Amino acid sequence: MKINKIYFDNAATTKVDKNVLKSMMPYFSNSFGNSSSIHSYGQKAEGSVLKSRDIIAKFLNCRSNEVIFTSGATEANNTVLKGVFFDFKGHLITSAFEHPCVLETAKYLQKNGVEVDFVRPEKNGIIDSKKVLSLIKDNTRLVSIMYANNEIGTIQPIGHIGKKIRELNQNRQNKVFFHTDAVQATQFLQMNVERLYVDFLSMSSHKIYGPKGMGAFYVRKETRLKPLFHGGHHEYGLRAGTLNVPGIIGFSRAIELIASEEHKKDILNIQKIRDYVVKEVLKIDGTILNGDRELRIPNNANFLFKNVEGESLLLKLDMKGIAISTGSACASGSLSPSHVLLSMGIKPESAHGSMRISLGKYNTIDEAKYFVKELKKIVKELRKYSPLK
Amino acid sequence: MYSKQVLEHFKNPKNRGKLVHPDAFGQVGNPVCGDIMKLYINISKDKKDIVKSKIKEIKFETLGCGAAIACSSVVTQIAKGKTLEFGINLDKKFVLKELGGLPEAKVHCSMLSIEALQKAINNYLQKFNDKNNKKESKNNSSKKSSSKKNSIRSKTKK
Repeated sequence: MKINKIYFDNAATTKVDKNVLKSMMPYFSNSFGNSSSIHSYGQKAEGSVLKSRDIIAKFLNCRSNEVIFTSGATEANNTVLKGVFFDFKGHLITSAFEHPCVLETAKYLQKNGVEVDFVRPEKNGIIDSKKVLSLIKDNTRLVSIMYANNEIGTIQPIGHIGKKIRELNQNRQNKVFFHTDAVQATQFLQMNVERLYVDFLSMSSHKIYGPKGMGAFYVRKETRLKPLFHGGHHEYGLRAGTLNVPGIIGFSRAIELIASEEHKKDILNIQKIRDYVVKEVLKIDGTILNGDRELRIPNNANFLFKNVEGESLLLKLDMKGIAISTGSACASGSLSPSHVLLSMGIKPESAHGSMRISLGKYNTIDEAKYFVKELKKIVKELRKYSPLK
Repeated sequence: MYSKQVLEHFKNPKNRGKLVHPDAFGQVGNPVCGDIMKLYINISKDKKDIVKSKIKEIKFETLGCGAAIACSSVVTQIAKGKTLEFGINLDKKFVLKELGGLPEAKVHCSMLSIEALQKAINNYLQKFNDKNNKKESKNNSSKKSSSKKNSIRSKTKK
């Protein structure tokens, strides 16, 4: 079997599903109306947006007016964090290994007067819910913990933390809100907001075979969040700006597809390929799997290779047509390696040798076999010419 | 992100590996920052003027990113056959030009490979000086060589 190109970087972005693209096409040049317009053009667009909102609300088990469309998860997370702390007062609890769009927003809030605690994950890449709960105090207003980590794929006990916070809130006048960044979890895990006990939840479209520049967040009505954007009366006053109608249509189609029976089969296949890769890659000497073996989303594997630098590994694989990602500093443009790996207690000298593969529904076992074969050769070559043995 | 030249050097590095009996070597970087380079040299000695000695053979081993490997390759390519004086004075701009430039965050890689070369050359000169000093103390002679020694020192300082 001849293999040209292999895409193992689905946590970065995914290919747009053909059905998603097809659903979007009429909304560029035919049904191009502004969903806020009163005339027939507007009505057509608004009708389609309403349907999309219903699809997503059903997926999350919430009301349609609790779904707010945004330009992506970065905007969604910024809106939630800054919207809760618009006055820069109070206390925020988050984790030390959030995606930069939460981490950097938290640091920005901290600089401006918000008290912030960054909870470090345990060695297996899981946040201890007891640690989170023990940090809650009188002025705590928000807890924000990601659902599945984007680098190591570990699943956080969101439902458990949410339930405990809900219990605490019964005896509190100032409620603690709970937010989760569910970008990496959306297509794999429980997304029912009632079971997760969340007040806010962020999603991204391009990680689930939808278009880029599109995301949404769930907002529980009672939270009275402040908006980030001001302008027209869009999105129940929480996000001004003309709606990205084709994006919304595509996003809701992508949600429909990941909620289908077909996708359940895809997930089983993805997991099978991932397990094969883990088994084979761990046969290479000096290799470790980062993050809990079991409590991780089925498409993720993250490894450390001793005496191998991640970026050169990435480039070598790319020359063989294989796309992966690394937590090496050299690949990030900064001088320190992955904050996720460091937060788990991994030393910088080891973290430079990390590699993440994230699979998608279009990957095959033959691709995985080719990948393993090439990887073994490359690791051997890079180690041969390393001054450290 | 990387230029054609960088990718070409990364793909087909020149002078990669180690010398079994090197006259000198230089190692720079540390595992924490992610890049480690070790550069080996063999010298064909110029008896009249040591800094005019030529780098006969040069090899490198690098644990590092694409830029680090490409820089090691290009520095060894430039330095091979050149004098120690040339190596000591090798400028970052020259290396960057040969590579068709580097992304801003990677410019330090070019510095690192130049440092490795200079460290190897200094290592050689140090050995040479030590040998001379031994001879001097034995023979208690030769003002010439001591003045030469100083001239090398001043050059290697930069």
